[in-house]
Amino acid sequence: MEKFTTHTGIGVPLRSSNVDTDQIIPAVYLKRITRTGFEDALFAGWRKDENFILNREPFNQGSVLVAGPDFGTGSSREHAVWALKDYGFKAVLSSRFADIFRGNSGKQGLVAAELAQDDIELIWKELDNNPGTQITVNLEARTVTCGSLVAPFDIDDYTRWRLMEGLDDIGLTLKHEEDISEYETSRPGFKPLTLPARTAD
Amino acid sequence: MSAQQSPLTLAEKVWNAHVVRQGEGEGAARQPDLIYIDLHLLHEVTSPQAFEGLRLAGRKLRRPDLTIATEDHNTPTWDIDKPIADLTSRTQIHTLRDNCKEFGVRLHSLGDKEQGIVHVVGPQLGLTQPGMTVVCGDSHTSTHGAFGALAFGIGTSEVEHVMATQSLSLKPFKTMAINVEGTLKPGVTSKDIILAVIAKIGTGGGQGYVLEYRGSAIRSLSMDARMTICNMSIEAGARAGMIAPDQTTFDYVKGRPHAPEGEQWDAAVEYWKTLHTDDGARFDAEVFLNADELEPFVTWGTNPGQGISLSESVPHPEDFADENDRQACERALTYMGLEAGTPMKQIRVDTVFLGSCTNSRMEDLRAAAEIIKGREKDPQVRMIVVPGSARVRLEAEAEGLDQVFKDFGAEWRFAGCSMCLGMNPDQLAEGERCASTSNRNFEGRQGKGGRTHLVSPLVAASTAIRGTLSSPSDLASTPAAV
Repeated sequence: MEKFTTHTGIGVPLRSSNVDTDQIIPAVYLKRITRTGFEDALFAGWRKDENFILNREPFNQGSVLVAGPDFGTGSSREHAVWALKDYGFKAVLSSRFADIFRGNSGKQGLVAAELAQDDIELIWKELDNNPGTQITVNLEARTVTCGSLVAPFDIDDYTRWRLMEGLDDIGLTLKHEEDISEYETSRPGFKPLTLPARTAD
Repeated sequence: MSAQQSPLTLAEKVWNAHVVRQGEGEGAARQPDLIYIDLHLLHEVTSPQAFEGLRLAGRKLRRPDLTIATEDHNTPTWDIDKPIADLTSRTQIHTLRDNCKEFGVRLHSLGDKEQGIVHVVGPQLGLTQPGMTVVCGDSHTSTHGAFGALAFGIGTSEVEHVMATQSLSLKPFKTMAINVEGTLKPGVTSKDIILAVIAKIGTGGGQGYVLEYRGSAIRSLSMDARMTICNMSIEAGARAGMIAPDQTTFDYVKGRPHAPEGEQWDAAVEYWKTLHTDDGARFDAEVFLNADELEPFVTWGTNPGQGISLSESVPHPEDFADENDRQACERALTYMGLEAGTPMKQIRVDTVFLGSCTNSRMEDLRAAAEIIKGREKDPQVRMIVVPGSARVRLEAEAEGLDQVFKDFGAEWRFAGCSMCLGMNPDQLAEGERCASTSNRNFEGRQGKGGRTHLVSPLVAASTAIRGTLSSPSDLASTPAAV
């Protein structure tokens, strides 16, 4: 994973609450078996509307999405994060993220920055008044800068550390493989195994 | 969640029993715990990139014997003996088959008697048991919490992590008690309880929490009904939902293919009986609901929190104090093609879908069949009945339920996720309106431009008869002569 310390790019206001992952990427695009190439699928339904924000200059070149509350609800599909990243987004700002989406973002190097809704509103206003305004997301300082506004954001310490170091989760866990093996020796015998397979017949 | 003697919640007990390694540090700076995973469920959609990741890193799947796969999201629900027509779907299914073969994973393929929706298959095989940790690359993994398991959906990176390590790095969840006391009126089901809970706390209300459903109304529910409730915990934003195991749970598990036997059974039950929230344990939040007052519930909008009692009318945007809610209401009414103030019961539907991991088990099919038996379907309504698993389909056929549905004019399909999500051939057309027993009414969820009203199996069946959203109490008291 690429290290993330700070990013500056055009802010894209998405003034909707409850943007679920079915909207971020409709199910029909989940049939692919690759991990990249989902940029065409991002907001595929909404992008058919020529007035949709990503179909308008200069927002089509944006890399910081500024969304309403409860972003990323619904399905666990990590494809939602892949699609945002493939399109070019580096960070999403919202006052509330769905848990699974937030977790998936952290695994893929997309910063899910939680801001106060009041600050989101101020950023929306700034982006409306001055389309193309750049937003700086500073992960080290945990601040977002947009025009004259400097707003703090929340992200948990562990995710921030991993993003800044660009660390691979599996590699980190495998450092503790002995602990896993030891735990396995103490598991109760009544816990089920899937193999050998048993069926009702 | 480290205190030794202090009273604990159910979720804390299950968590503590699975800590491989406690995270270092204190308070906000505390690193995540490493949690052992007892059962990993796989399906075709969220696994291919994870298998590929393993392969690229030269890693093994650590515990094939704690892993099981099924084909459900993409699969057609008829002509299942023919090659899958959609080429990308076919590729994804074949990729799953190849991966399972390469990594030694048990797979129940289309046509197999144990194939079906992953969350129906696990419990039915007896692989889901109290006190376990269960994960799957699917948000409705919360279903398994009905057994007192800690079960939650994960993304594909985490799927790969579990494949490689049989564990996950997680921060402890907060806990929320959902207390439902009282007795449900006839015609009111567990689906109505959970839709009412979501409407009450909102789609974000459960974020960061494990919900524990408690109280007399919950205790009186069957396992099928409990699974419906836990299934939709994610629609309230929660990581998981749980119900403490009791005799109902033990009776359900006993004798299933993978249930413990003999002394192991006794040891298991002895442990399972400790899996309840201790008196005096503290929840981070509590919600109360009176079961006596509940009515059949239905959604009017485009998220599962936008629901009301079926006897009410479509809300006005002005009813909402919050600006975001007001805008969301306006947008939803436009998408749904509804006018504020219209009584819900006057809304005509085109399609009724009985199925999905929320409501496709035997009890759901029996309840719907009971309603429609001897009654006539509205001729303009299309009804699709999709059992949750091939096993459920066989059981239903053994009871003659398939004939009841066919006589009524409903389509009797093979098992799969079907019309719950627009990924397989079962989809709504643009503008088509559906009363659906599934879990999500998002824009386009059941097909591009499709309009979804989430309902219970009883409301679905009653709606198929009257053509408009209806509950059993709207039907003539005795069915017309056959």
